[in-house]
Amino acid sequence: MSAIESPQRAGTVLRTHALEKDYGEGEGLVRALDAVELEVNPGETVAVMGPSGCGKSTLLHLLGGLERPSAGEVWLAGGRVDRLSEKALARLRRRAIGFVFQAFHLMDELTALENVELPALLAGGSSRAARRRAAELLEHVGLADRADHLPSALSGGQRQRVAIARALSNEPLVVLADEPTGNLDTAATLDVLRLLDGLRAAGQTLIIVTHEERVAATADRLISMRDGAFVEETRLTRGSTGRLSELTGLEG
Amino acid sequence: MREPAGAPIKKPSSGYQLRVVQEVLLALLAQDGSHGYELRARLQLALGPLAEALNAGQVYVTLNRLEKAGLVTSERVGQTDRPDRKVYGLSAAGRERVFEWLEDTSWPKPAPAEFHLKLVAAAAAGLADPVRLVDVQRHALLAELAGAQRTALVEPDGSVAGLLLEGVVLRLQADLRWLEECGRYWTETKERR
Repeated sequence: MSAIESPQRAGTVLRTHALEKDYGEGEGLVRALDAVELEVNPGETVAVMGPSGCGKSTLLHLLGGLERPSAGEVWLAGGRVDRLSEKALARLRRRAIGFVFQAFHLMDELTALENVELPALLAGGSSRAARRRAAELLEHVGLADRADHLPSALSGGQRQRVAIARALSNEPLVVLADEPTGNLDTAATLDVLRLLDGLRAAGQTLIIVTHEERVAATADRLISMRDGAFVEETRLTRGSTGRLSELTGLEG
Repeated sequence: MREPAGAPIKKPSSGYQLRVVQEVLLALLAQDGSHGYELRARLQLALGPLAEALNAGQVYVTLNRLEKAGLVTSERVGQTDRPDRKVYGLSAAGRERVFEWLEDTSWPKPAPAEFHLKLVAAAAAGLADPVRLVDVQRHALLAELAGAQRTALVEPDGSVAGLLLEGVVLRLQADLRWLEECGRYWTETKERR
């Protein structure tokens, strides 16, 4: 680490420095993350890809404060989070981070609307404001007419859309999504892709861990991981139809 | 870079030349006669955003050629306040050609062999790490997938051009799956050494 370099860099919403995570000890020690340097700008969508066991989910857990690193730093909006107390970390997770998981993690006994308003209520918002926001978000994900349904009465794709609405409840600085389409069929995957693309267009900072190429292709930036380290990074620019005509076989 | 011998010379300013344009135009004339402008519009509808870069004059040039080859016939139809319009129809020979095309099952070939041999050669000669080549190639294809998908996502539901874009997306996905297999194979090979 360069001593002159300030760990808090202007314009970066999320940043890691020399991030490491080990599991086990002695002979059985496994380094799940190794010297990870990541900087995410506000409004940027970053996709992290890699084979299973490459450390991509571990990275997401460290970024979201669900686990603590073995070494290195995690910074969110200019504050260091990896050394916060459990209590402060839990508060930060509720207020500043939206999570989307592969298995949805909705509360089975709460309706779609109640699930979406829960984070706002937990963060201490007024119940009226929380309800209004939840209704807007359900509308945004195209599920206004399912507000009173329990998760068990919704399809997988609908449940994930509820989970995305819930993740947006507190207007988080960052949304962290772990295999958001992992449990979905093609049609539901497309719905979620449209939503993620919409979030990107609306300037939501978003980090998606995925092995699904189509999901990764919605990002602004793509990072590949192997054995706990970043191995390749690409900025995805707007597509040009020039090359597309070749790919379709239209061009002779 | 020099064009390989025999390759068509591309003029980017004039747009791309559509492959199979002769067959498509013949097929579009099978039901009713039509004129160049209308045929071009029907092609544009089928191709959606991909029609933007289409060569503007190709349809007209091709119709002329088809007429000279006896595959289409034409008739001048007068219009009020405008020059005459050429309305084309399918000849018997043209109809035969259309049916040949419909029954032809040849398929544009995917090309894994070149990349496969590149990896084998790179590994054998110690020129480059094949796993690294796979990672770089994967990112190049993902960038193309991103372009195709973004174009596809803005197509309205039920768009026929959207179906074409879906074909590109699925094909790139298949290539990416194969690259994943390549990555796995060459990672294991490296570990065995």
